[in-house]
Amino acid sequence: MNLAISILIDGVSYGMVLFIISIGLSITMGLLRVINMAHGGFAMIGGFIAAFATARFGASFEVALVVSVVAVAMLSIPIERLLMRRVYARDELDQTLLTIGMIFVMMAAVNLMFGSTVTALRIPDYLAGSITVADHTFPKYRILVLGAGLGVAAGLWYLIERTPFGIQVRAAVDNASIAQTVGVDTPRLYTLAFAMGAGLAALGGVIGAQLLPMEPGYALKYLVLFLAVVTVGGLGTVGGTLAAALLLGVIDTAAKYLLPDIASVALFLAMFVVLSLRPNGLFGRMS
Amino acid sequence: MSEIVCDEAERSPMGVQVPLWREAVVLGLGLAAYYTFPDDLAFLTNVLVTALFVLSLSLVLGQAGIATLGHAAYFGIGGYAAGLFAIHTLSDPIAGLLVAGGAGGVAALLSGLVLLRTHGLTFLMLSVAFVQICHEVANRAARITGGDDGLSGIVPGPLFGAFDFDLYGRTAYLYALGVLVISYLVLRKICEAPFGLTCRGIRSDRLRISALGGNVYLHLLAVFSLGGVFAGFAGALSAQSAGVAGLSGLSFAFSGNALVMLVLGGVRKLHGALVGTIVFMVIQHIAATINPYHWLFIIGAMLIGSVLVLPTGIVGLADTIAISVRRRVQRRGREP
Repeated sequence: MNLAISILIDGVSYGMVLFIISIGLSITMGLLRVINMAHGGFAMIGGFIAAFATARFGASFEVALVVSVVAVAMLSIPIERLLMRRVYARDELDQTLLTIGMIFVMMAAVNLMFGSTVTALRIPDYLAGSITVADHTFPKYRILVLGAGLGVAAGLWYLIERTPFGIQVRAAVDNASIAQTVGVDTPRLYTLAFAMGAGLAALGGVIGAQLLPMEPGYALKYLVLFLAVVTVGGLGTVGGTLAAALLLGVIDTAAKYLLPDIASVALFLAMFVVLSLRPNGLFGRMS
Repeated sequence: MSEIVCDEAERSPMGVQVPLWREAVVLGLGLAAYYTFPDDLAFLTNVLVTALFVLSLSLVLGQAGIATLGHAAYFGIGGYAAGLFAIHTLSDPIAGLLVAGGAGGVAALLSGLVLLRTHGLTFLMLSVAFVQICHEVANRAARITGGDDGLSGIVPGPLFGAFDFDLYGRTAYLYALGVLVISYLVLRKICEAPFGLTCRGIRSDRLRISALGGNVYLHLLAVFSLGGVFAGFAGALSAQSAGVAGLSGLSFAFSGNALVMLVLGGVRKLHGALVGTIVFMVIQHIAATINPYHWLFIIGAMLIGSVLVLPTGIVGLADTIAISVRRRVQRRGREP
């Protein structure tokens, strides 16, 4: 019982980190129909900016978080305008290659500035302990992650389902050219959505830095993880991505606890099974 | 990309005739490198092996348009097959090569049965999952594969029963060069045959090929398996020349690197694979000794640049220049 609860807590908080990082990718891939391998790179840059702000300028965790999210979102705008935009109409291979090239440049840049070792991102003291409820200890940090994930999910749901911006996004997903005909400024929408996705990646990178530590190889090391969440969930769905992130997070954690021998492939096996049976993901629409 | 690019193949009642000068060039350059850099034969052999692997990827990706990041799985499986065969059964290198090709082909056929039912991003992810699973299985089955240390102690017997694999890697180099040239010839024949044309048709327009009565799935499965066979050959060459088959050949990163080499050289024509491999590996050989992360800057910039500026790769650029020069010469010739 204790074990089950531990697995659930660890798995769900791990899944929430995956969700926060991957949801931006899911939205941009669903909306822009572009494969972005470099998404994890934005999480990595966010994490390093936060680490830099706390270590060098003594900024608090909260300030560093906000600064890194805003900085990464700003940084992503020229990237979208100058690079990504050119490959929207190209095939998947070109999109894959361009964004892999971006990963390499990001990794080299981060290494140049921060060195090749793991850079620690300290969490504030009030998040360090744990709470005991009915004989179970819950680390405060994992509760924060859980809350942040739920907050992001609820916020995005509201944004997409209940605001004018969301209506435009949904219209552009359904049919970009008709949306443009009736007056939606799709290029601007794409830039905004891309910046939002990058900002969310930075948020997830900073919050999840205790689970996925910051190193220059980060963008490549966890790339498959983020893409797995997005494809298993189905592109462009908030609920699908959340479900897939939690499913993969719990499967991965459970395998680490129960079947350490196959832990490193459990996630891939799960992905393989789901995608073989449902090529568009659990909640993906048939394309 | 709807044009069908034929190399200068001529169709005759006897079948497809392919001029052999390209193979002659490869063979000549290979022999020239052999005599010019006798101290770097290990590196040069590695270039040849990688070139063969990228060539097999070129068949799958460039001709049939299957964008995969899991192709190294068949290279790795071929390497282990050749190694295990040499250790446990027969040390003859040619027999090992054929066994490895068979193993790579069967692995590609079986995985292709599942993978090829999808396409686009889902296919890309499934191919990554497949190579990761293979990697982990090989890592876990340490009693058979040697796990993290690799499968060592592969000692190939004398080539054709006459030429021993020497300490300087001379036999290994010439053997790899021979296999590469023959494979290149066979692959070019395949590409120019009706089968290869159909594959290119599928890449351009899937729906049209099926409307014309072609079975897209079976064609893709066949070309995917063939790619697996040649990737298996490359894996065998690697295991036999290095004497060890390791996990690094079975990795997602190796697949990715091969993809970069292919794109750099040019995806659409087979010799793009050869050009890209040589350019990539020589630059890597020089740059990586300075600082591995700085090398990433170069490779990243090369990738971004080649996608945005050079979508047809080095070979495509060379062709464009050649065509414009030829036109200018013709125009000048027509003037009185």
